[in-house]
Amino acid sequence: MKGSFLKPFKAIRFLWKKPKTLKYPFESKEPALRYRGFHLNDWDKCTGCGNCADICPNEAITMEKIPELESKPEKGMKNERPKVDYGRCCFCGLCVDICPPGSLRLSRDYFHIHFDTNTFVFLPKDEKTDKEHFLPAENYSIFKASLAHRKRDYEGFSPDIDYSLFEPMKTPMSEVKPEERTLSFIEQVIGYSKKEAKREASRCLECKLCEEACPAHLKISDYIRAIYEDKPEESLKKIFEDNPIPSICGRICMKHCEDACSLSIRGEAVAIRWLKRFVADTIKDYKKVLEQRPVKPTGKKVAVVGAGPGGLSAAYFLSLKGHKVTVFDSLPGGGGMMRIGPPPYRLPIEAIDKDVNYIKSLGVEFKFNTTVGKDILFENIMKKYDAVYLGIGNTISISTKVKNVEKCLLALNFLRENKIGKNVKVGKEIIVIGGGNVAMDVAREAFRLQHIQYPGQKVVTKTVSLEDWDIMPATEEEIEEAKAEEIQFNPGWGPKEVVLDEKGNIKGLQCMKVKSVFGKNGRFSPTFYEDNEMFLEGDMIIEAIGQRPDFLLMPVKQFKRLEFTQRRKVKVDKNGQTSIPKVFAGGDIVNLNLDAVTAIADAKIASEGIDKFFSSKKI
Amino acid sequence: MRELELYFGPQHLGMIGNFSITLKVEGDRILEATSKPGYLHRGFEKLMEYRTWIQNFPMVCRINVVEPDSMEMVYTMAVERLAGIEVPERANYIRSIYLELARVGSHLFGLWAYSNLLGFDTVAQWAMYHRDLILDLFEELTGGRVYHIYIWPGGVRRDFPDGFKDKIVSTLHSIGGCVPDYDATFFNNRLFYERAKGIGKITQGEAKRLGAVGQVLRATGTKFDIRKVEPYAAYDKVDFGIPIREDGDAYSRIWVVRDEMIESVHMIFKLLDEMPQGEVYNRVSNPFKWEIPKGEAYVRVESSRGELGVYMVSNGGDKPYRVHFRTPSYTHGLIILEKLLKGASIADVGNIMISLYVVAPEIDR
Repeated sequence: MKGSFLKPFKAIRFLWKKPKTLKYPFESKEPALRYRGFHLNDWDKCTGCGNCADICPNEAITMEKIPELESKPEKGMKNERPKVDYGRCCFCGLCVDICPPGSLRLSRDYFHIHFDTNTFVFLPKDEKTDKEHFLPAENYSIFKASLAHRKRDYEGFSPDIDYSLFEPMKTPMSEVKPEERTLSFIEQVIGYSKKEAKREASRCLECKLCEEACPAHLKISDYIRAIYEDKPEESLKKIFEDNPIPSICGRICMKHCEDACSLSIRGEAVAIRWLKRFVADTIKDYKKVLEQRPVKPTGKKVAVVGAGPGGLSAAYFLSLKGHKVTVFDSLPGGGGMMRIGPPPYRLPIEAIDKDVNYIKSLGVEFKFNTTVGKDILFENIMKKYDAVYLGIGNTISISTKVKNVEKCLLALNFLRENKIGKNVKVGKEIIVIGGGNVAMDVAREAFRLQHIQYPGQKVVTKTVSLEDWDIMPATEEEIEEAKAEEIQFNPGWGPKEVVLDEKGNIKGLQCMKVKSVFGKNGRFSPTFYEDNEMFLEGDMIIEAIGQRPDFLLMPVKQFKRLEFTQRRKVKVDKNGQTSIPKVFAGGDIVNLNLDAVTAIADAKIASEGIDKFFSSKKI
Repeated sequence: MRELELYFGPQHLGMIGNFSITLKVEGDRILEATSKPGYLHRGFEKLMEYRTWIQNFPMVCRINVVEPDSMEMVYTMAVERLAGIEVPERANYIRSIYLELARVGSHLFGLWAYSNLLGFDTVAQWAMYHRDLILDLFEELTGGRVYHIYIWPGGVRRDFPDGFKDKIVSTLHSIGGCVPDYDATFFNNRLFYERAKGIGKITQGEAKRLGAVGQVLRATGTKFDIRKVEPYAAYDKVDFGIPIREDGDAYSRIWVVRDEMIESVHMIFKLLDEMPQGEVYNRVSNPFKWEIPKGEAYVRVESSRGELGVYMVSNGGDKPYRVHFRTPSYTHGLIILEKLLKGASIADVGNIMISLYVVAPEIDR
């Protein structure tokens, strides 16, 4: 009884305790560091890929075009930014975990006070991209909390690559080891197995930034999805809509797509090129799968000069339209520069022939070992055919023209000789001048020949390039592989003179230190430090500093009618037509990219153009 | 005396949640009670068939507002079983700790509702305040206070932040320090005893026959807990007891809730001590391409209300073909409640209903 009387007095001690409640809004509680509040978006980092909009379970995010922003497809940047409807948003943060560049974050802000409900839909920015609307903590109060006022440095739930919803790392590609591969010309990259390809395909988020970056606009996300769904046949059909040489491109493409891949920002890009190669290698017979039959013959005849990637593609697209196509090439087989340029460890001849044979099976006539201008005259072609496509490419190596340079070999001659004739007899210490992909190919091919011709002996291959590491034109991959094979690099040096010994044989190369490679206008015009010189020893020098086209096939009269751009490229209109009617052109003689996939893109444009040219003549 | 039809809820003051009961009364006695759910029906199970596996996570937690965490867990377990995903050991421990915190938070919420209804305003305030401390822990761990969206297939969404372990310990100590106050003011209070003893009594046999689970079943003297029967997360690695009572009335049920909270706190301390280091997340496939092989699964967990199960069918697509939840409130709120209300007085409707722990959205999925 006594206890029950006294018990209520226990409550008195609570009188002296501090209250647990906060006097809101004068006192407010600081949200936790991971608080999921309104979005922040770094517009400089955001690629506009739209993955946030795709994953949002409430469809709260839409992608809005921002005209002030520049769209850079080659860098994988769209001028679209996410817009969030806070009437729908449930602050789950799925958008943060899927964001490939990690630009989208959630802040710790959760006040939004406004009379206008439309303000609840807005484009999130952050203090970096929108300085005026983000107030420092001391100027901020919840009375100011509205669209125009957000607290600075108030980041909450942030992206973490370890917990991201996408897989940032590439499926490793099995390769032949550097020690082994330098001893022969076996293909270095082994290719994905079915399981590996499926895993790699599963990484693709289907944002399609790659498709905009690809010069030929292949339907990349579709063909990758088909691989993921175990339908390589579907995948091949998708590829062939825009690219008739997947076996070649799947090996040596410059893969502009992978540079644009949104996963490459914080991780590694999807191995789009290897996936294409997987499809081309998996399907043994294209013809059975594609079931392409040329449409009714139109009776028009087109001559394609050059059986390189551009020429092959033009032949393919034109023959599908029912035109009779004849391809002329001076080499004994198709592929053009692909046949002589990339060494067999990168692109085996069988891979080229697979693509060429398929195009041949569509009814395209190939005339190999036929040099236009020599074996058949250009005037005769012009007379005999209704249209001509020039896909002649850059076939002559440029020389440095330094003293005694005539003792040196030119890159393309060296490569051509190895592929078509006999292997060139190489020296023990080779110097390759140049820092581009051709130089890498030459150096690595020469190094292999050294190992074959001097087994067990000490051999050296070194490169000299004007460009330093940061601006070296060769792809990073090629440089890394060359380094792994122990090829020596001398970046930032320019050749001055080829030094000969008493007998007139090559003794080495005298080099000068490079001051700058590009002039003020960004064009190539190197300058050197005259007093800083270096001597490189070597008994063989190969020049690989660039290529130019050979227009000797044309008679002078025709050539004079051909117009050129300021960058000395053949001028074509939007249909790929040159200043000479009937003559269309594409590839390295037209574009500045100088690669296979751009040549394919040009060929597609030109074949559409030729088709249009024929139909307009009918009227 | 004349028979009357009385509408109890959803606007009735004694009603907690969007739920309603139609009572046929004669004087103060209830002759017949009919549960009327449906005020919260949003078609979750159907909506899930139109969203990808990962997109369902922000939604599944909304089925139980008071304790969303066991919902996340059961959905994740079903997905993991269908897709054959392994979970790292540390993630299992984190899941258990997180679920036990949620159980304490949910029970405190229940205590708030119950004591508030009986007129114990002070206890109700305390319970709500202590629940808030647990929500603070969730905010720190997951970024959300009510809907945490924390358990993922393959583990949990983020690891513990720095110093989080100490924060759990200090928060639970401060809540645990108030247990004597709770006991003195509520559990050992004569008023609680008078109001709850013998009210809403159900026998063990009936409870089993009608599909009672959780506290309702344990208050009738049955030791049944999914954490012991079919251990999931890290429950097989930790020793814990199952509190039971014999009488099967509202008084026993609330005492089971109290003992369970204390048991959960002890379990959290044990789990925190034994928690291993390492990864907490095994990455699952890209959500846009994630397809789960054909199959079906039934998994169950012990939520704060009792056995919570999910039956899930995948036909090999990127979305579930069918998801069906077996929620504890369904039997408690529709069958047992109607039965227990028969013959009770009007003043005890809320008393019985909240002691059964009915949460309306669990019924209206």
